[in-house]
Amino acid sequence: MNMQSKNEGSKELQKQDLEVRLLLEAIQQIYGYDFRGYNQAHVRRRILHRVQNLGLKSISELQHKLLHEEHFIEILLRDLSINVTEMFRDPGFYRSMRLEVIPVLKTYPFIKVWHAGCSTGEEVYSFAILLKEEGLLDRAQIYATDFNPIVLETARKGIYPVSRIKEYTQNYQASGGLQSFSDFYIARYDSVIMDHNLRKNVVFAEHNLVTDNVFAEVHVIICRNVLIYFNKDLQNRVLKLFADSLIKGGFLGLGSKENIMFTEVADTFTVVDASEKIYKKKIVLGI
Amino acid sequence: MGFSMADKAKLKYRAVVIGTSAGGLKALKQLVEGLDPVFQLPLLIVQHLSPQSDSFLPKYLSQFTHLKVKEADPHEPILPGYAYTAPPNYHMHVEKNGTILLSVDEKVNFARPSIDVLFESAAWVYQQHLIGILMTGANNDGAKGMCQIKMLGGLTIAQLPSEAEVPIMPEAAIALGCTSKVLDIKGISSFLNGQYAKTD
Repeated sequence: MNMQSKNEGSKELQKQDLEVRLLLEAIQQIYGYDFRGYNQAHVRRRILHRVQNLGLKSISELQHKLLHEEHFIEILLRDLSINVTEMFRDPGFYRSMRLEVIPVLKTYPFIKVWHAGCSTGEEVYSFAILLKEEGLLDRAQIYATDFNPIVLETARKGIYPVSRIKEYTQNYQASGGLQSFSDFYIARYDSVIMDHNLRKNVVFAEHNLVTDNVFAEVHVIICRNVLIYFNKDLQNRVLKLFADSLIKGGFLGLGSKENIMFTEVADTFTVVDASEKIYKKKIVLGI
Repeated sequence: MGFSMADKAKLKYRAVVIGTSAGGLKALKQLVEGLDPVFQLPLLIVQHLSPQSDSFLPKYLSQFTHLKVKEADPHEPILPGYAYTAPPNYHMHVEKNGTILLSVDEKVNFARPSIDVLFESAAWVYQQHLIGILMTGANNDGAKGMCQIKMLGGLTIAQLPSEAEVPIMPEAAIALGCTSKVLDIKGISSFLNGQYAKTD
């Protein structure tokens, strides 16, 4: 490859960078969703995927659609939000919750749980099953939030493809589930619908971690595999929001590759389970 | 350990991305075993693994190389003297500021981690300063990524298919015309070592 084409390659990249920036700017200014603090490799990949998928020549053509086609924003929101989740993802996390966190929660007369960035709700139902088995569901208020109303609608319905059930059942069993996973859903054709009792105490609501603030004081926050998409500043913002939303002694559960070490809230929490990334807000700060 | 300014000026490449699938453990072992102690370019490795696997790979590879092998953590800076492996069930990307991004995005080519995801993002960041290596495997993951690396001026090496335990993966990249070199593992190691040969 000669020098000239190399330069053209990097010029192309530079143009793409600019187009990505402009697109995010437009989404923020017109629709109020702010993706500028997301990791760029992720955002760029998702955007280019959509460009390719629609057979467009450039991100600028996508920009045109965003500005002039009604509802096009919904497609981009779906592209840019993190929608990959599963029931009892990382069974060890739920095992540890059951052993380390549930016994403490049982000492409260009433508990509040916040699933932040709950996407299509698989983890909300998973944790609700755990609470139910431990006799805590009836005295729990659960908030399940996401910035994207479309995924929230899926979460609210609690209908999932039957094709995933085998995997979920294995996860459930590995997590230390006490019953048969099929006790918690009804199968219909190629879908399962989750037992509606599980969501009796769940409020599904739009909440944007990037732009919104504390809305409740809660005992547990679960936010898994969301922070890995954020840059350092945005991570710190969100972790502070979590610290402010938890009661003293409240629990924070993150994804297996997420960590509060080296963040601004590192001193606010103690470690409950280092490998499953479960933390507890200190009762007396500074100790 | 870091590059001195003189090293930096001399070195054409800043990072090496490596993709392997079926048969990959043995191939990776041989490749890193063949690296001279002077070799310090960061390696970023995607080996297809089952989502449930533990973090065996870095421990295993550590036995055969002077490089510090570790499972990648999110947001960690990519440093010389290190080899980073993608954690099971996460994609590994390279961010523009030279750090690692992990994601749980959809599987690509039925794989998470996917080689294409690593290669494409690394190509964007390192451009002509990147070496991509695709070795043994039974699917097409990585072929498109090799094309992306080559298109942006980087250098791509496929393992000699006749040597590969499963030749499908390197063959796919060769078929797309996206390989700069086709070498056996010994040849790949010595090409990498050659990046540190004295030039004038």
